[in-house]
Amino acid sequence: MTAHTAPAFKASDYKSDIKPVWCPGCGDYHVLLSVTRALAELGRRPEDVACISGIGCSSRIPAYVNCYGFHGVHGRSLPIGTGLKVARPDLTVLVAGGDGDGFSIGGNHFQHACRRNIDITYIVMDNRVYGMTKGQPSPTTEPDWDSALSPGGTGLSPFHPLVIALASGANFVARTFSGDPNRTTEVLVEAIKHPGFSFVQILSPCVTFRPDERGWKDVVHTAAVEETDDPARAARRIMTDDGFNIGILYRGNRAPYKLTGREATSDTDQLGEMFAI
Amino acid sequence: MSEDKATAKTSQPGPEAIESVEELLAHAYVIEVDAVERYNLLADQMEVHNNSELAALFRKLAGHEEHHAKEILERAGDKALPKLKSSDYKWGEFEAPEAAELDRAHYLMTPWHALQMALRAEKRAFAFFDQLVKTAKDDEMKKWSEEFREEEAEHVRLVEELLTRYPEPAEDWAEDPDPPVYLE
Ligand SMILES: Cc1ncc(C[n+]2csc(CCOP(=O)(O)OP(=O)(O)O)c2C)c(N)n1
Ligand code: SF4
Repeated sequence: MTAHTAPAFKASDYKSDIKPVWCPGCGDYHVLLSVTRALAELGRRPEDVACISGIGCSSRIPAYVNCYGFHGVHGRSLPIGTGLKVARPDLTVLVAGGDGDGFSIGGNHFQHACRRNIDITYIVMDNRVYGMTKGQPSPTTEPDWDSALSPGGTGLSPFHPLVIALASGANFVARTFSGDPNRTTEVLVEAIKHPGFSFVQILSPCVTFRPDERGWKDVVHTAAVEETDDPARAARRIMTDDGFNIGILYRGNRAPYKLTGREATSDTDQLGEMFAI
Repeated sequence: MSEDKATAKTSQPGPEAIESVEELLAHAYVIEVDAVERYNLLADQMEVHNNSELAALFRKLAGHEEHHAKEILERAGDKALPKLKSSDYKWGEFEAPEAAELDRAHYLMTPWHALQMALRAEKRAFAFFDQLVKTAKDDEMKKWSEEFREEEAEHVRLVEELLTRYPEPAEDWAEDPDPPVYLE
């Protein structure tokens, strides 16, 4: 196709007309660019895509993407996304949110969504802080991050989302940086195409409560080693890297979840009979 | 011991890897489309934050870039430009050379900041085409690269001229007596 003939979809076709209310400078703007570009590259029709989120600044993203959307309950984006995909396997389901939403209140759902390996893509905009509620430490916050709300730091070991995803059964594990929208787009395209549960951690600075994260653009670097389908090797790499290693870290062959094939019923009388005493 | 020793920031090749006039024109087009998208996003942000002067300025910059994008397609005539994907880009950097730096936006920014942002973008675009002039694979590529480089030089001059109308703001420009969020 040439640039003269209009491409089937442009990134702007996936941008809704709602103006984001994120702080200017927030990394989530770049994530929005990358998500819309990835959908355009994949050529998915907006009506064939659903974006589901929980609560947080990052979780506002469904409002800004022109597709079906559901801004759900804090920490519960994955159960909603899972239910939707099982009911409508034809849809491309993107689940998105923050590190607080996904790893604190939603931590249990995260592990079980990985384990179920349903064909959805989970995007976590990780800023190592609760942005929306004004700067509390999150599970991925460094133990010595000193702030008014956590004087001297929490002293707690950070959660390793990529390792947890891998150990729990996710089929695609990647880390990107919001300020590198080209690579983020590339990774999202691959994540969406790959069958099963794809987990993409996007390091996305919160410029308001973590202005230090503006420096991430100078420390992120390309993964030096090719992606692997060997979970043991991927786990060793992720456990020993510096947290700023960018790329697809695991692309597995685990069989995605399938309905058992047994006829399901939507007949409420029939369902009711099962519970009759 | 990690296998992942820190390597280059990006694995993407730079403009020297551009092979043909068609590929060059496709990159030039994407540069402008990307700039339109970002200036519009910045204008939206400024509207949301009631900075109407900046919103109007960013919208205007988006309009200019949109005009450039159309011009490139017209000048390309019937050349078949490849439809580039993000994995095809040859910026050699994280972002397209003329990308306005979204991460440097601030709700209290002034026209001076916006024009400085535009100036940096135009200078990066100039450097991109300058590199292409040096590494062009044939005379036609070189001719196009020189034309684009000259245009970018002109844009740099225009933004510099505009900047003379806006003095650099005082150091405390970002101080807000009634900030929208609590900060230490
Ligand atoms: C059940 C429930 N508990 C707590 C909250 C308060 N709350 C809203 S957003 C949030 C955390 C947001 O952090 P994160 O998910 O990292 O998103 P960010 O705002 O940083 O993008 C919390 C605790 C809530 N809305 N609902
Ligand atoms: S508080 Fe942080 S995460 Fe929330 S919009 Fe602002 S910069 Fe982004």
